Amino acid sequence: MSGSDLIMYEEEFSKIDEELQKLYIQTNAKVVFLVDKNGQLIASAGETREIDTTSLASLTAGNIAATGGIARLLGEKEFTILFHEGENDNIHISLIGQRVILVVIFDKRSSLGLVRLRVKKSSEALVTIFNEITNKSEKEKGSDSLDESPFAEISDEDIDNLFK
Amino acid sequence: MSFINYSSREINCKIVYYGPGLCGKTTNLQYVYKKTNPDQKGKLISLATETERTLFFDFLPLALGDIKGFKVRFHLYTVPGQVFYAASRKLILKGVDGVVFVADSQIERMEANIESLEDLRINLAEQGYDLDKLPYTIQHNKRDLPNVAPVESMNKLLNPRNVPWFEGVAVTGPGVFETLKNVAKQVLIELKKHY
Ligand SMILES: Nc1nc2c(ncn2[C@@H]2O[C@H](COP(=O)(O)OP(=O)(O)OP(=O)(O)O)[C@@H](O)[C@H]2O)c(=O)[nH]1
Ligand SMILES: [Mg+2]
Repeated sequence: MSGSDLIMYEEEFSKIDEELQKLYIQTNAKVVFLVDKNGQLIASAGETREIDTTSLASLTAGNIAATGGIARLLGEKEFTILFHEGENDNIHISLIGQRVILVVIFDKRSSLGLVRLRVKKSSEALVTIFNEITNKSEKEKGSDSLDESPFAEISDEDIDNLFK
Repeated sequence: MSFINYSSREINCKIVYYGPGLCGKTTNLQYVYKKTNPDQKGKLISLATETERTLFFDFLPLALGDIKGFKVRFHLYTVPGQVFYAASRKLILKGVDGVVFVADSQIERMEANIESLEDLRINLAEQGYDLDKLPYTIQHNKRDLPNVAPVESMNKLLNPRNVPWFEGVAVTGPGVFETLKNVAKQVLIELKKHY
């Protein structure tokens, strides 16, 4: 079951963070964030304070999942880009390497053309980082080198304490 | 599929509430939402029809506390129980870490319970999961109603492996947190096995 667990380490996380910051600045966007296909927020950049990123992450993943379902019905592989235009804000959603979802929210300070172009560049960089993550977690899983694991000494008491 | 982030020191786990239409899945999440401290919960998102039937999913993120310095988050989802939403149900099971099966205790809903449980097994299998190997808890809901089947016969019918089960009245709360705690605990124990 845990074969597909996503484990994020410091090194890769900061690379992802850097990439998102770059994209945020280059596109002049309001917010940029990265979500896994199951709806969990991985990282974000920009004016996230005013946005409920947790809900947004879950709904974005739902959106991608639903259109993915439609695609399969039509015999398409997947729709890799979704774009929604609003009165003020626009949202550009793209699937990266079949695994993660890159979301850019922008207004008239930016443009769809610019976002498209920059997202394409960032996607390539992100795919590389995620491949590194996959390789790393597979290696770590095989060995006992995860001395940092928070779970090794987890006790019943720890678990009970969560629900006090 | 849990998401473990060593950088921000967070663990995210996904729990899905499954069961036939109107069995009380959404009601479970609403009760959890109502009774959780504001600082431990996000918004309850419900994608529902005008008659409050779940159309795609409900979603409730919970941040209950820390384990060994890691923030533990549970993301609760419900599926739409109505039979014709089969395609959506499948999508929501993706990446699941633990399952709660909410059974409707009313005698006339037993057939629907069995059908939904079979549907769950098949949909999990399609994603490469085996229900017998996943963290899994059953809730016999609506115990407050007069026309309910005895829990013994419900267990015989729906729970041959004797996984943890609870009686529930999701509208008023009994059994709701017991069920959630139980499945959450199984999820964490499972993580401990693997990492
Ligand atoms: N009497 C009683 N009613 C309940 C209980 N739990 C839920 N209900 C009621 O049953 C109805 C359906 O509940 P929901 O939680 O919307 O059911 P659901 O499983 O989410 O249904 P779908 O979204 O269609 O799959 C609502 O009117 C609830 O108030 C219970 O324990 N006892
Ligand atoms: Mg519902």
